[in-house]
Amino acid sequence: MTTTLVRNDKETQFRVMKNENWQKPVYETNGLNLWYGTAHALKNIDLSINEKEVTAIIGPSGCGKSTYLKTLNRMVETVGGVTISGNVTFMGNNILGKSMPVELLRSKVGMVFQKPNPFPKSIYENVAFGPKIHGVRNKAILDIIVEDSLRKAALWDEVKDRLHKSAYGLSGGQQQRLCIARCLAVDPEVILMDEPTSALDPVSTHKVEELIRSIKNDVTIAIVTHNMQQASRISDRTAFFLNGEIVECDRTSTLFSTPTDERTDDYINGRFG
Amino acid sequence: MSSIQPSEKARTRDIIAAAKKKERFGKLVPYLLLAVTSLTVLATFGIVYTLLKETFTFFTHINISDFVFGTEWAPFSNADPSFGVLPLLIGTLKIALIAILIGVPAGLACAIFLSEYASPKVKKIVKPIIELLAGIPTIVYGFFALTFVTPLLQTIIPQLKLFNALSAGIVVGIMILPMIVSLSEDALSSVPASFRDGSYALGSTKFETAIRVVVPAATSGIAASIILATSRAIGETMIVSLAAGSTPAFNLDLTGSIQTMTSYIVQVATGDAGYGTTIYYSIYAVGFMLFLFTFLMNRAALYIKTKFREEY
Repeated sequence: MTTTLVRNDKETQFRVMKNENWQKPVYETNGLNLWYGTAHALKNIDLSINEKEVTAIIGPSGCGKSTYLKTLNRMVETVGGVTISGNVTFMGNNILGKSMPVELLRSKVGMVFQKPNPFPKSIYENVAFGPKIHGVRNKAILDIIVEDSLRKAALWDEVKDRLHKSAYGLSGGQQQRLCIARCLAVDPEVILMDEPTSALDPVSTHKVEELIRSIKNDVTIAIVTHNMQQASRISDRTAFFLNGEIVECDRTSTLFSTPTDERTDDYINGRFG
Repeated sequence: MSSIQPSEKARTRDIIAAAKKKERFGKLVPYLLLAVTSLTVLATFGIVYTLLKETFTFFTHINISDFVFGTEWAPFSNADPSFGVLPLLIGTLKIALIAILIGVPAGLACAIFLSEYASPKVKKIVKPIIELLAGIPTIVYGFFALTFVTPLLQTIIPQLKLFNALSAGIVVGIMILPMIVSLSEDALSSVPASFRDGSYALGSTKFETAIRVVVPAATSGIAASIILATSRAIGETMIVSLAAGSTPAFNLDLTGSIQTMTSYIVQVATGDAGYGTTIYYSIYAVGFMLFLFTFLMNRAALYIKTKFREEY
């Protein structure tokens, strides 16, 4: 019934073994609760993330939207004192259990952060980092992966002449697209984006949004944003978080035109938050 | 309108006087500080001047190329004294090399553990202990080498002499450990957390993140710590005087007695070489050479720190 994540040691590459019986959604969350120490940050979250869709998570600051996103690749654990209960499955695999190696999960679920965080290495090395970690040694294969990932991230033409220069010579927007290319290089099923454009200017934001639109046929995307226009522009479905709870989750067009909950209506019309 | 009382007038006068006094003192402060600063600068110049002056005198006695390229160091020979510095230089390099081979890997391992793995609680206990190591007087390290490390090594290497380069080098390596740990740990800890997050999010383990992201990002700080520690090992005196012996040796043997530049200076300074003799001037020449080495090392460390800074 389930799909299993396996590490194929012969190729030392991670793969997802898809079972024909496995059905969408990619992520299923049931009754998720999370505490930072004693602070109850997520309350009874039920949410599905569908394959090859862009799911936007919106809500005011401190509503738990970033926390939820970081639970999906278990980055939330890097802060100490976190208690989690409930169920989160990724392609049918329970990811909160002890039996799930986080490295395996994260090789299939990429993440893009609020501030662009390329490594202090060359552009090439940034993109090749993930594949190298997962055992790709062949230079020719790495070259192909790097070019392919940069092309998908619409960055290739801008950087092809300076691949071996520091990533910090790029503009903020280019850096963020490089971070997306870095994710794409490990061929993930899902990319989690945590307010990826909040540190960028409007032109760079536009380019990142274009990029999201162009890769969503290949990869599932969950994006946290405080920008409601952005959510309505790029997402297929939107979930509205408030005080650690999900108020409403629906098709983006439906949620923005005819929200069922009064609080959603107030938020998307800028009456609070 | 209320008139100002005489007593109040007096008080105002006092306040103004006090403020003026304060102002006068405030104007004086920069001059006082400048005086103290000049003293420090003057002391530096004084030392370098003395060193240079006596070194020049030495080279009126001994040919400079005989000194720099000579392979025999026998200043106390009555019949045929020779002042070839290479044996002392090799002695110093032996000690420095062994010390680096011991101190750098151990120091880096320690720094990586403290910065990447240790919980704050463990860090709080371990760091002071390592810093305690930095507070041990080098004379204590010296007899630790002589009375503990040498006998211990002799059980493994029977032909090891009582005074030898090996145990002195090992103990100098332990001595420079805290310096490497502390500076490297600072460099590693100041690598932004966002790099680690980026690496973890790609599925790297903690170790892969430490080795492939954090250490490379901290390279300049780590390299500077290694160079400073090397310079410290080159200048180390007490440990080598006590444990390495005082026989200038122009060979690559580590089990026998050697003499370093520093321990030669100690030998002469604590002996009865008369003022104005060639031996007397020779310690300045050796001292100058030592100074040149450590000075260049420190400059190199500074250069690496600024030049090879990873920009982020």
